[in-house]
Amino acid sequence: MTSRSYVIGDTATMLRRNLRHMRRYPSLTLLIAGIPVVFLLLFVYVFGGTLGAGLGGVAVGRDAYLAYVIPGILLMTIAGVAQGTAISVAIDMTEGIVGRFRTMAISRASVLTGHVVGSIIQSILPITVVTAVALLIGFRPTTAPVAWVAAAGMLALTAVAISWLSVALGMSTRSVETASNLPMFLMLLPVLGSGFVPTRTMPDGLRWFAENQPFTPIIETLRGLLFGTPIGTSGVIAVAWCVAISVLGFLWARRLYERDPAHR
Amino acid sequence: MTAIASRVAIHAVGLRKSYGAQVVLDGIDLDVAEGTVYALLGPNGAGKTTTVHILSTLIAADGGQVEVAGHDIGREPDAVRAAIGVTGQFSAVDRFLTGEENLLLIADLRHLGARDGRRLAAELLERFDLVAAARKPVSTWSGGMQRRLDLAMTLVGDPRIIFLDEPTAGLDPRSRRTMWQVIRDLVDRGVTIFLTTQYLEEADRLADRIAVLDRGRLVAEGTPSELKRRVPGGHVRLEFADSSELERAASTFRGSSRDDESLALLVPSDGGVRSLRALLDELDQASIDVDGLSVRTPDLDDVFLSLTDRTDTQEGAA
Repeated sequence: MTSRSYVIGDTATMLRRNLRHMRRYPSLTLLIAGIPVVFLLLFVYVFGGTLGAGLGGVAVGRDAYLAYVIPGILLMTIAGVAQGTAISVAIDMTEGIVGRFRTMAISRASVLTGHVVGSIIQSILPITVVTAVALLIGFRPTTAPVAWVAAAGMLALTAVAISWLSVALGMSTRSVETASNLPMFLMLLPVLGSGFVPTRTMPDGLRWFAENQPFTPIIETLRGLLFGTPIGTSGVIAVAWCVAISVLGFLWARRLYERDPAHR
Repeated sequence: MTAIASRVAIHAVGLRKSYGAQVVLDGIDLDVAEGTVYALLGPNGAGKTTTVHILSTLIAADGGQVEVAGHDIGREPDAVRAAIGVTGQFSAVDRFLTGEENLLLIADLRHLGARDGRRLAAELLERFDLVAAARKPVSTWSGGMQRRLDLAMTLVGDPRIIFLDEPTAGLDPRSRRTMWQVIRDLVDRGVTIFLTTQYLEEADRLADRIAVLDRGRLVAEGTPSELKRRVPGGHVRLEFADSSELERAASTFRGSSRDDESLALLVPSDGGVRSLRALLDELDQASIDVDGLSVRTPDLDDVFLSLTDRTDTQEGAA
């Protein structure tokens, strides 16, 4: 009743609160944008010459490697935002304010949804910065603009999935320190997939993992949408992973929110 | 008392809660009349905070029936939440926002509308003496100021029932007095207050009824004076110059206990002005000369030594 009719209004209120936090303390957002830029430059200029020579496709060299590494760097950016989200959720949980929210007649999901929407908005800035730097150093998508829009859509869907997961991760911890470490594996996933080198060069066990983990189909889909490489079933698998992670993250986060606050 | 005061704000029967093998609340019955102050008194770990958490829908009870503001807390939690305000032991403020933003946030969540919200925020900042710091992040505020803001946030939306979990713990005497005044003002407006405290003095000053909670059980319940009558710790100590005066006094005040060695007589009393006056009148009438007089009011120690020790003995015997 009360809660259902105010879902949107309450979520907007929570979102405003989170955006206000971000605006007031921009250092976290800047850090989140800075790390993937450093990785981009590092991989293109330090490792790019060698790695590009080993790509083994039609195009080789530093420029080809820049094109190759872009999807992985973009996912790393989203993973970085997830870290920020987990931290702010964990801070929220340690503060008494969430206890107050729990005793008010507001939509229960609004606290969580506010964080997720805030996280997606927070990822816009770093994604823009990373894309701008990439363009500046020679990134040129070879496909039609409609495919770029589809790539942006794929990124947005990934951001939704990772946000729900990171909200749940942030809630599952007792301390802010743990929360900042938990999403670390998300930063590593693009590396342990097809983000930085083709999976066929990896040893068997790792290769199996790399080809079957969620980030690889997402990376292959982005690569196809930006450079016209074959997408195949990757698109469908990528969307399925995103939907599954979103739903699981949502259910997990909601269960954690309902958990007895005295015995977290 | 008006007709409103006789209506029930909080009604709990057989409230139970355990965490694993540890029983926190072992069957609690509570009845709080609307527009009154009800104090839950007890030491640390007695289950006071757990009680507040359950009554304010923060956690679920394992057993028992609870109605708050006429709504079952399990079936209609949102109806309960719309009627209550809660100030817990740890400040429930957003430290990254300013004081004003905190109040506006709660006004939004109470769905008050922008203009009403702003007016109310300004009013509350004024009332709680927070205007000067209103536009600064709360993280830069002192603990006392955060506490006041916390209470101000609880009042947004005019809740009919307010829960205060140890509202004066850690406050300096002046802030404590301010808090007491705020509570009295709220009651004047017809608000029901359910507070927990470790201080008998506080319960005594504020509460219409007091319940004493010990290890998950209510060991006593009643008005402050009823309660104090059950506590033998309060007395007036009369000192005399010689044993004949002591003798006469002892025969005048039945039920008193004498200390022949120091020529003193302990007369049970609640220590109030009225009973002191009666005692002095009696001394006058009997023309007994008193050398010295001192009042010892019952305190939490007395309440607990008397009320909880008895429980122990019973348990030990059984």
